[in-house]
Amino acid sequence: MSGILNSSIGRKFAMALSALFLMVFLLQHFAINILSVFSPDAFNEVSHFMGTFWAVQYLLQPVLIFGVIFHFVMGFVLEIKNNKARQISYAKNNGAANSSWMSRNMIWSGLAILAFIVLHFIDFWIPEINTKYIVGDMSGMHNGEFRYFHELVEKFHSPLRVGAYVVAFVFLALHLLHGFNSAFQSVGANNKYTKGLKTFSKIYAIGIPAGFIFIALFHHLTGH
Amino acid sequence: MALDSKIPQGPIADKWTNYKNHINLVNPANKRLIDVIVVGTGLAGGSAAATLAELGYNVKAFCFQDSPRRAHSIAAQGGINAAKNYQGDGDSTYRLFYDTVKGGDYRSREANVYRLAEVSANIIDQCVAQGVPFAREYGGLLDNRSFGGVLVSRTFYAAGQTGQQLLLGAYSAMNRQIGRGKIKMYNRHEMLDVVIVDGKARGIITRNLITGEIERHSAHAVVLGTGGYGNVFFLSTNAMGSNVTAAWKAHKRGAYFANPCYTQIHPTCIPVSGDHQSKLTLMSESLRNDGRIWVPKHMKDVEAIRAGQLKPTQIAEEDRDYYLERRYPAFGNLVPRDVASRAAKERCDAGYGVNATGEAVYLDFASAIQRYGKEQAHIKGLDENDAALVKKLGQEVVRVKYGNLFQMYEKIVDQNPYETPMMIYPAVHYTMGGIWVDYNLMTTVPGLYAIGEANFSDHGANRLGASALMQGLADGYFVLPYTIGDYLADDIRTGPISTDTKEFEEAEKNVKDRIASLINNNGSHSVDYFHKKLGKIMWNKVGMSRNEKGLKEAIEEISTLRKEFWADVKVPGTADEYNEELAKAGRVADFLELGELFAKDALHRTESCGGHFREESVEEDGPQKGEAKRDDENFTYVAAWEYKGEPKDAVLHKEDLEFKDIELKQRSYK
Amino acid sequence: MNLTLKIWRQKNASDKGKMVDYPVSDISPDMSFLEMLDVLNEQLIEQGEQPVAFDHDCREGICGMCSLYINGEAHGPDRGVTTCQLHMRMFKDGDTITIEPFRATAFPVIKDLVVDRSAFDRVQHAGGFISVNTSGNTIDANAIPVNKHDADDAFAAATCIGCGACVASCKNSSAMLFVGAKVSQFALLPQGQVEATDRVLNMVKQMDEEGFGNCTNTGACEVECPKGISLENIARMNREYLKAAFKG
Repeated sequence: MSGILNSSIGRKFAMALSALFLMVFLLQHFAINILSVFSPDAFNEVSHFMGTFWAVQYLLQPVLIFGVIFHFVMGFVLEIKNNKARQISYAKNNGAANSSWMSRNMIWSGLAILAFIVLHFIDFWIPEINTKYIVGDMSGMHNGEFRYFHELVEKFHSPLRVGAYVVAFVFLALHLLHGFNSAFQSVGANNKYTKGLKTFSKIYAIGIPAGFIFIALFHHLTGH
Repeated sequence: MALDSKIPQGPIADKWTNYKNHINLVNPANKRLIDVIVVGTGLAGGSAAATLAELGYNVKAFCFQDSPRRAHSIAAQGGINAAKNYQGDGDSTYRLFYDTVKGGDYRSREANVYRLAEVSANIIDQCVAQGVPFAREYGGLLDNRSFGGVLVSRTFYAAGQTGQQLLLGAYSAMNRQIGRGKIKMYNRHEMLDVVIVDGKARGIITRNLITGEIERHSAHAVVLGTGGYGNVFFLSTNAMGSNVTAAWKAHKRGAYFANPCYTQIHPTCIPVSGDHQSKLTLMSESLRNDGRIWVPKHMKDVEAIRAGQLKPTQIAEEDRDYYLERRYPAFGNLVPRDVASRAAKERCDAGYGVNATGEAVYLDFASAIQRYGKEQAHIKGLDENDAALVKKLGQEVVRVKYGNLFQMYEKIVDQNPYETPMMIYPAVHYTMGGIWVDYNLMTTVPGLYAIGEANFSDHGANRLGASALMQGLADGYFVLPYTIGDYLADDIRTGPISTDTKEFEEAEKNVKDRIASLINNNGSHSVDYFHKKLGKIMWNKVGMSRNEKGLKEAIEEISTLRKEFWADVKVPGTADEYNEELAKAGRVADFLELGELFAKDALHRTESCGGHFREESVEEDGPQKGEAKRDDENFTYVAAWEYKGEPKDAVLHKEDLEFKDIELKQRSYK
Repeated sequence: MNLTLKIWRQKNASDKGKMVDYPVSDISPDMSFLEMLDVLNEQLIEQGEQPVAFDHDCREGICGMCSLYINGEAHGPDRGVTTCQLHMRMFKDGDTITIEPFRATAFPVIKDLVVDRSAFDRVQHAGGFISVNTSGNTIDANAIPVNKHDADDAFAAATCIGCGACVASCKNSSAMLFVGAKVSQFALLPQGQVEATDRVLNMVKQMDEEGFGNCTNTGACEVECPKGISLENIARMNREYLKAAFKG
C-alpha cells in the first residue's frame, strides 16, 4: 500500500478516482444550474442551502478543491514524466491512425478547463467567499431577496464571458469524451459492460457540457 | 577414433532408467563450483540453461538475437507430440517410438528415440505447470490433434503458435534463473570458436555484435543448442540469422558431423515470387487435412493459366490431376513430407507448375468448403442445395480451422484463398543431420554437447511433424541435465577455468585474423551475392532429388565459389562496431564449407532414404515402381565426418545402427 | 515502383543521428518491406557506403525482432502485421516513405534503426514466470483443468511477440500493453495464482524503473499491435495491481 502513488498504475488509479469524483460533482453542479432555467426560486433555495450547510462548506468543498488541484497537478506531473519517456520525437508521426484527437490532447483540453476554472472562480467563487467569510454576510440576501439567481443572470450579460464559457465547455466535452471511459479502464473495469458504458459516456460527455452551454445562452439571450 | 555411442545395456524400455540409476551425480554444493556455457536459447538451449541453473550450476547463456525469446523455435506452428494417450486411442511410449523410427526411414538410433518417447509425457506436464496455454476442450482438459503419417491423436498444440508458447515457457524458466543470478545472459553475442584445453571443451570465443568486441568465456562444459543449417540453401523457412557457425566451429575443433545430407523439404510453403525473395514462409502441415493438391492435366491449361487467360477455378474437375490421390490412394494428400515434396517437384519438372516460375502447385479447399458447408446446412436444417449458402457456411468452418494461415497467405500473395486455390511449393525446413552425439548427447569432443536440431538427433532421415519441439525440450529439460552431471562429476575439484591460457589466446587470434581478412578483403561482391549463388547450387543439385553427376558438380562448384568468396567478398564497415554484413560474412563462409561436406555425404550415400533421394536408387518395378529405394544392407549406419582441413578431405566414420526392437521395412503409402 | 526513402541514420549510440534521403527503383509490389530495404542495402554496399542497420530475423511475423516506425506508424500502415509482413503493394509508385527507429527513452538506439529493447527482458526477469522447477516431477497435466474461455484468453495474451510496437506507438512510450499481456497470461491460469501478488508488483516496479511512460488509455497500442493484444489486458493488470497493492 505504501508508495502506491509512486507507481505508474497507482498514479493512474488516483487520476481516475479524482476524475470519477469530479464527474459526479459536475453532474450535481449541472443539476442545480439547470434549475435556474425552470425555477429561479428553486435555484435560489438550493444555492443557499449549498452555500451555507456546514457539511457542504467544510467537508465537501475542501474535498472538491483538493480533487480539482490533485487532478490538475497529477495531470501535469504525468505529462512531464511521459514527455521524458520519449526524448527524441518522431520526424513523422501519424497519431490519427490509431487514436482519437481527444485522447492525445488531454493536456490541452485540461489547460483550457483550468483557464476556465480560474475565470469561474473570479466570477463566482471568490465573491462568494468574500461575501460569506470576509464580509461575514451569511444571509444570502440582497435587496430583500436571494441574490444567487440575480448574480447568475448578471454574469451572463456579457457576450464575451458567454463566449468564453461556450468555448470552455466545448473543451470540457472533448476532455470527457476520452476521460470518462479512460477512468473506468484505469480502475480496471473493462468487461461486458464496457460497450454500454461507452455509449453512456458519449451521452454524458456531450450532454452535460451542452447543457451548461444551454444555460449560459438561455440567460444571455432571455436576459433573465 | 572409433565411435562409441555408449548405449546402456538392457532391454530398451529399461535403458534410460538403468542409466539414471547408475550415473555419477554432483552434490549441490559442488554444482556451485561448476560453470556451464549454453550457446543458443531456443527450445533446447533455453530449457537446458534453465534446468542446469535450477540444479545449481553457474550458467552462461548466449544468443545472437536481442533476446533469448526470439530464437527460431518460436516459429514452429503445428504442435508437440507426447505419448500421453489422453484420447484413449491406443497410444503408448512404444507406439511413439515406433512411429518416429519408421518415419525416420530406419536411420535413427533406437535407444535415443525410445528415451525421447519415454520423456515426452513429462514435457507436457512440465509446460502446463509453468503456464503454457495449450488448447483445451470445454471440459477444461487438454485437446489433441492428429498429425501427418500417424494413426493416433497425440499432438498438443496452442493454435498455430505452439513453438512460440513453448519457447516462451522455456524463456520464463530462464527468466526466473536470470533474476536469481544463476544464468548470466549474453544477448547479441555470437559464438565464433570453441576452446579445447587438454582435449576437453573449456570455453568459447564470442563476438559482441553491438561493439564488435571479441570475448573469451570459460566453463567446465559447453553445450550447443544452435539449431539447424537449412540456410545453406539461402532460401528456407529458417530465420535470416539461423546459421551453422557454432556447429561448424565445433566440427573444426574435432566434433564429427553426422548425416549432413538429411534435410527435410516441407511440401506446403508459399512459392518463390522473384529474385528479391529473402526467405520462404511455411504453411502448416495441418492444411493437408482439408486441402487437395492438384495441377492441370493438360499442358494447354497450364499455359493458359500462366498467361493469365484462365483461372484455376475455371478448370473442370476431370481436367485436374490430383496427383497425390492418384499415386498414393491409401494416404492421398496426407503422405509424409518427403513423399509429398518429391511428388510436387516431379509434376513441376514435367512442366505442370502453375505460376510464372513454373514452381507451384495448387492446394485447393473448394471441396472441403463444399463438404463442411453441406454438413453445417444439414445440422442447422437449412437448404443443402443453396450453393451460395453452402459456400458461406463452409468458408466459416474453414476460417475457424485455418483462419490465421489463410490470412497470412493473403497478406503475402495478395490472393484470397477462400475464393481461389492456394499456390504452394516445397521449401527447405529442417535438417535432421547435425553434430554427432552419443547417448549422453556428448559430441566426439569431451565436454562438448549438442542438443536439439543442432545434433544429428533422433529423427533419422526424415522427421515427423510435431517431433522437433518434442526433441528440443526433451534434450534440454530431461536428458542433458542428467547426462552432463555424469561428466561434470569429475570436475568438482577443477576450480575456475582460466581464460589466460595459450589455448584461449590461439582461438581468439584465429577469430580476429579471420575477421580482419573479411574486413580488409575489399572485394567487389556483397555477402548475399555469394550466399544466393551457394543456395542455387544446393537447391538445384543437392536439393529434393540428387544424382551422382549433379553432386560431383556441386562439390566442384561450391569449392570454386568458396575460393571466389575469400578472394572477392566485400564487407563494408569495421570490425569494432555493429556490423551485420560482417556477421553474415562469417556465417556464409561456414556455409560454403558445410555445403561441400553436405554434397559429399549425399554423394557417398547411394541409397534413397527419407529426405535424401538419389535418382539412381528407385524401385524399378512392382507396385512401388518409381518410389525411393533404401539399401539396408549397405547403409544402415550413421555417417559421421571428421574434419581434416578441406571439406573434401573429411574422413568418414560409421556408427552401425542396430534394430533390435523394430523390424526394418519399406515404407509404403500406396 | 520508384520510391524515396527518408531513413534515420545514426552511427552508434552516442552519435547524434539525422534523416537521410535515398532513392530506390524497380521495387516489386510483391516484395516485403524488409526485402525492399535489402535492395537498398545491396545498392549501398555496391556504392561503398554503409548499409542501413535494422533488426530482423524470422521474417514471418513471429520472432518480434523487426521494428521500424514507417510513415508515422509502428510496423507501417497495414494492420495486424509486423514490418517483415508488410508488403510494398501498400505503397504507390513515387511515394516518399519515412523510416525511423522505435523511439522511447527505454529503447535507446544502437545503430540506425536498431534499438535496445532489453528493458522488456528485465521486466520479465522481475516476475514473468511461474516458480516451478523443470524437473518434470510435476503433477499430471490434466490434473489442472482450465476453463476453456480462460485458457483461450491466456493464450491470446501470450501471443505477444515483444516487438515493442505498443511502446513506440504510445504518445507516452508506455509499456503497459506488453506488461499487461504478460501479467494477464498468468493471472488467467490457476497455475499463476500462487505468485500473483508478487508478480504484478515486481513487474510493474521494474517497468517503472525502466523509464516507460504512463498509460493514458489512448488505445494506440492495441491498434498498432501486430498480434491484436487487447486493452482488456491493461485493465486486468490494473485490477491485479490494485488488488495486490491494497493487500499490502
